[in-house]
Amino acid sequence: MSSPSAPESLTETAERRVVSSAQGAAPDKDWVIVTRGITRQYEMGGEIVRALRGVDLAVRRNEYVAIMGPSGSGKSTLMNLIGCLDTPSSGEYWLNGQQVSTMSDDALAQVRNKEIGFVFQTFNLLPRATALQNVELPLVYAGISSSERKKRAASALERVQLAERMSHKPNELSGGQRQRVAIARALVNEPSILLADEPTGNLDSQTSEEIMRVFEGLASQGQTVIMVTHEPDIAAHARRVVVLRDGVIASDDSGDVYRSSRMGQGH
Amino acid sequence: MPLFEAVLLALQTIRTQKLKSFFTMLGVCIGVTFLIAVVSIVEGMSKYMEDDLVGKLLAVNTFEVRSWPNVNIGNTTEEMWREYQRRPRLMEQDVAPIVAALPPEALWAPMSSDGNISATTLTGRPKAVNAYNTTRTYFEIKKMGVTSGRVFSPQEDAMGSLVVVIGKDVKDHFFDNVDPIGKELRLGNLPYIVIGVAESQGSALGLSFDKFVVAPYSSPLRRLTNRQKGVIDAVMVKSPTDAIMTATMADVQEVMRSVRKLRPGEKDNFVLETSSSALSFFAKIKQYLVLAGVVLPAIGLIVGAIVIMNIMLVAVAERTREIGVRKSLGARRRDIMAQFLVESTTLSIFGAAIGVALGAALAKTIAAVSPLPASVALWSVILAVAVGASVGIIAGVYPASRASRLDPVVALRSE
Repeated sequence: MSSPSAPESLTETAERRVVSSAQGAAPDKDWVIVTRGITRQYEMGGEIVRALRGVDLAVRRNEYVAIMGPSGSGKSTLMNLIGCLDTPSSGEYWLNGQQVSTMSDDALAQVRNKEIGFVFQTFNLLPRATALQNVELPLVYAGISSSERKKRAASALERVQLAERMSHKPNELSGGQRQRVAIARALVNEPSILLADEPTGNLDSQTSEEIMRVFEGLASQGQTVIMVTHEPDIAAHARRVVVLRDGVIASDDSGDVYRSSRMGQGH
Repeated sequence: MPLFEAVLLALQTIRTQKLKSFFTMLGVCIGVTFLIAVVSIVEGMSKYMEDDLVGKLLAVNTFEVRSWPNVNIGNTTEEMWREYQRRPRLMEQDVAPIVAALPPEALWAPMSSDGNISATTLTGRPKAVNAYNTTRTYFEIKKMGVTSGRVFSPQEDAMGSLVVVIGKDVKDHFFDNVDPIGKELRLGNLPYIVIGVAESQGSALGLSFDKFVVAPYSSPLRRLTNRQKGVIDAVMVKSPTDAIMTATMADVQEVMRSVRKLRPGEKDNFVLETSSSALSFFAKIKQYLVLAGVVLPAIGLIVGAIVIMNIMLVAVAERTREIGVRKSLGARRRDIMAQFLVESTTLSIFGAAIGVALGAALAKTIAAVSPLPASVALWSVILAVAVGASVGIIAGVYPASRASRLDPVVALRSE
């Protein structure tokens, strides 16, 4: 993992420049996420807050990316935009070759359903539903039949080693188990990207390691993973770290470079 | 999300929040309860009026030629009464021309009656009874059988013998625990022999129909039932079918107009009374009663709708995060809209269903403890459920549309 990373990051930077220069044109198939100068501003108490001031980010299929930054850096806003929960004030966002920055609410909902799997800090499982029912939820909105849903939800739970906890409600599960249910729910529709927002923020360090191993495993199976975190230890698991500061990308490097920089060798 | 799933989800939510759901549906439940109860009682009353009260006074396919209506259900003004009093009375000599106009298969009987004739026995206390002078055909027209004894023979009819057929109440008053057949009953100081006891005719609104004596038409009782010579009260005519009755009534009306020497354009100064003519006024007040039975519970239903709307708004606020999660997983606006609409509608239909059961029970209870009858009408049940569903939909639209328009980012951030 470590030896080819330096030249790869160089070529990537070059390619990224190519991608961002081609305004208005659909990017290459290989790129899951391409943003071109996206900004996001909103009004808060009569003042205009510019959360993002022009972000160019390109993520290739099968990448494992961590987005870092201090609070107020705009990382949550970026994650909402990437997750199609929100649309940019200006700029373009291409997800899997689709221009999503101008889509309607309902079209975005369908994109979220098919392309994105969310994993939240607070798990966000429905408390009254069993683990299986929670995992079934994205399939319900995809209009899949009940029997097919059960089959697919069960196999997603098996992927996170929770097959025997299917009929438990969230309050009967430990924090780590809950997060694994959430991961199973995120994976069940086979999304293009797995988008995790501080997935270990509510877990102790041992459980965090366990969850990170799950992400690691998924990434090595070829799942594109984007993780928002403010913990360097967690970001260190990713193969590429994007650091945001004041609404712009401050640095964008492979994880190994980041790790070595922390050891005092780089930058 | 398919409707079936949405209903299951709604039922699950209702099940987990039993107490809250109960209070939510209370308004609709009470509204529907009274809707069903009031409509049931009005329907029961009208059925009672038609089948029991008027139906017993005026038999099927029967009309009575009278100078003025016998059954007056609330619609007679004083002015009408004065006009009735000015009318010529029906006379014995009118019977022949009427009968001449009847088809051969029709049954007829003249009748002279008085509602307040004192009957006594040597030992019993006097009792006021309805007394009828009529012929034996009367029993055939009324389909009135006897539980013991017999009706008049043709000879008794012809001779005006001193015999009577008595009603059940009269039997119970004078001949409790005694076989009345062959016993003496005094009417106007003349001794009559009881020859039969009629089947019970039941009662309506607390009034018994069994407080009567029937004597042959030309028996001396005739002088008491109408003191003026030759005056009778009615000629009863029974036709085999409804169509024949309608035709016969037209003929009899012409005959009566010529007997009364009425010029064309002059109004009839007699009536041909049928059960539907007696019920015409009741049919009118029934409309108002049904209207009241629908409008008053509607107020309850409006309150119920407001309660549901409030509770649904609270539910949307409480479940903002759930809405955010669902949206992040791909729920479209219409999915969220459907979820909350189905929930409010399910609640409301539930309330309506309980209301139907309670309303029917209330109607039956009222019927059991008071003389008011009750009969649950199918249309009122269908109306109640339809009303329940529309209350749920109307009350749910605003909260559901608010939920569906929530910004997922904001919704996910809420606690």
